[in-house]
Amino acid sequence: MKNRLREIFATLRAVLREVFDESAYQRFLLRAGLTPSVESYAAFWAEQEKLKARRPRCC
Amino acid sequence: MPKLLRVLLWIAISLLGAFALGTIALHRGEQINALWLVVAAVSTYAVGYRFYSSFISAKVLALDSLRATPAERLDNGRDFVPTNKWVVFGHHFAAIAGPGPLVGPVLAAQFGYLPGTLWIIAGAVLGGCVQDFIILVFSVRRDGKSLTEMAKSEIGRVGGVIAYLAVISIIVILLAVTALIVVNALKSSPWGTFTIAMTMPIAVLMGLYLRRIRPGKVLETSLFGFVLVIAAIFGGQWVSQNPSWAAIFTLTAPTLAILIIVYGFAASALPVWLLLAPRDYLSTFVKLGTISLLALGIVAFRPSLHMPPLTRFIDGTGPVFAGTVFPFAFITIACGAISGFHSLISSGTTPKLIRCETETRFVGYGGMLAESLVAIMAMIAACALQPGVYFAVNSPAGIVGAAPEAAATTIGSWGFPVTAAEMATLAQDVGEKTLFNRTGGAPAFAVGMAQIFSNTLGGHAVMALWYHFAIMFEALFILTILDAGTRVGRFMLQDALGHVWKPLGRTSWYPSILLTSAVIVAMWGNFLWQGIKDPLGGINSLWPLFGICNQLLATVALCVATTIIVKMACEKKTRLRYTFVTLVPLCWLVAVTFTASWHKIFDPNPRIGFLSHARQLIAAGGNPRLIFNDRLDASVTGVLVVMVAMILIESGMECFQIIFGKKSAACKEAPFVMTRLTQEQA
Repeated sequence: MKNRLREIFATLRAVLREVFDESAYQRFLLRAGLTPSVESYAAFWAEQEKLKARRPRCC
Repeated sequence: MPKLLRVLLWIAISLLGAFALGTIALHRGEQINALWLVVAAVSTYAVGYRFYSSFISAKVLALDSLRATPAERLDNGRDFVPTNKWVVFGHHFAAIAGPGPLVGPVLAAQFGYLPGTLWIIAGAVLGGCVQDFIILVFSVRRDGKSLTEMAKSEIGRVGGVIAYLAVISIIVILLAVTALIVVNALKSSPWGTFTIAMTMPIAVLMGLYLRRIRPGKVLETSLFGFVLVIAAIFGGQWVSQNPSWAAIFTLTAPTLAILIIVYGFAASALPVWLLLAPRDYLSTFVKLGTISLLALGIVAFRPSLHMPPLTRFIDGTGPVFAGTVFPFAFITIACGAISGFHSLISSGTTPKLIRCETETRFVGYGGMLAESLVAIMAMIAACALQPGVYFAVNSPAGIVGAAPEAAATTIGSWGFPVTAAEMATLAQDVGEKTLFNRTGGAPAFAVGMAQIFSNTLGGHAVMALWYHFAIMFEALFILTILDAGTRVGRFMLQDALGHVWKPLGRTSWYPSILLTSAVIVAMWGNFLWQGIKDPLGGINSLWPLFGICNQLLATVALCVATTIIVKMACEKKTRLRYTFVTLVPLCWLVAVTFTASWHKIFDPNPRIGFLSHARQLIAAGGNPRLIFNDRLDASVTGVLVVMVAMILIESGMECFQIIFGKKSAACKEAPFVMTRLTQEQA
């Protein structure tokens, strides 16, 4: 039961991290071989700018 | 679980669903509990998911878990990323769930709870979920191609161009209609206006905090933003009670419209990280929390539905919007049953995240079921109100009169008693000056939601806070759509103009950014201004126009899906009769959209037909601007219908030639590649 709850919580956290682009930032850091910093985040956004802005939100 | 037990369980769920549907359909004379609607919906969704989507997966699409998806083959850690199915589900749901499933059912509740509820349930299971699921699968099998690209490659060049124009049109009309809803919700409401105004500096603060102080900590920043928004709701109460501050934030509809137009332009031209992204995060945070809270509130409070199953307004004389139950109930409720816009999401980000082809069923079909359940909750929130209150809030002054006593008398004469004193008390309870003529659906939904919440948490004393929380929640949703939609429209326009003159296509060239942002904002701003100036309440004509656009886009999506299924059947020598899964909803949507379009253009009733309304205005020596607006609306509707008719003809000819062997049935799928994730998945 405890493990099951932990699994549910971990999945929920993963969903939120993906929805809120935290995972995308982690992937960017891994791909670019960078560590979290103001500069890395600015570089991440330079890459994300077009991707995020082209993403439609439904009515 | 043993097979016999499983069979018995599914028989029990089916019987429960049938009984609940029978109860809501046949019950007359007495109020019923809202839980009947929830039980009917959830049981039908369970059966639809377990059996119908499984049939489509196995027989129609032949989903193959061994086939590598583009997320696996093209994995670049950026847009193509194999992702856990629950994570993709959450991502997909956050993108498809907007204010549409909340507002549409509220407006359609004027027909009673029955037509809308049945359409939400049946439309989702047999139409909306099927569209989202199948378009997702076809996009996954084509390297994540968009709907317009699939239309071009599978139907033909005309199909591609029409799909592109339909997308631009729906975005423009969607933005105008949603902006109009915000204007109607905030006009003469200092509390609501202050709260929403505060979300802008809060979003900028979040953007700066994320960029400079805690880079990448989005969840933490969203939580911090949410706390500030709650503080702004309390601050709004103080503002509304302070005469000098209240005067500053008490704005008329035209002033609000101008401010929203300026905001839309700024949001399109400013860097994404500064305003669009933090607002999107904040909106998603509030959206997911509020929807869950509303579901819990309905289950805990179990409200009774005061609205009758059917009202006299099924004859087309409704005050909220004019038009008979067929086709207008099916146009008004789009996102909760079937929405063309979803096909853009299903062929946008989502197919690039799918890890295994078989998971498309859970994400595509399941995601739409969740959205449909949100629409059922909105229907409950609207129908839990006393019908007199519902019509007082949603009827424009042009129909019921601007004076409270006159409006109450008119609504009472329809058989829905309400008094001016009762409405004044309710307005005081929710912290508003008046609740009469607050058209658009958002205020009625907010009153219903506040009633449900205040009965569950906090009691009557906090009703005003819950009301303004609901208004903030809807306006936040809508302003996020304005940000994102204006930008998406701008990019689409830049893509198209780039073919004419290359520098205009450069998305980082500021003159092009300013020009294309101005064009898109001017397009939706014109419709918004039209809605503000319309004496019948604007939403009356614009919401059906939006519904028609959205459903026409769904028609394009189902047309693309049907063509591909025909090609697959002929190519792989499988059963052509399975085409019915998309052909039946396609035929239904063609009937609905074409009938509604005909009525909106040519109906002799000036409340329905744009042209007859223009003629009436000409005869009365009316405002030339309003006459122009009517003709513009008629032209836009006509052009859209002609475009969709062209795509239907082109698709029909393509299918005909393939079925009779005059053309080879070559699907443009990416070649089969064996997955390397099989063992891990097993």
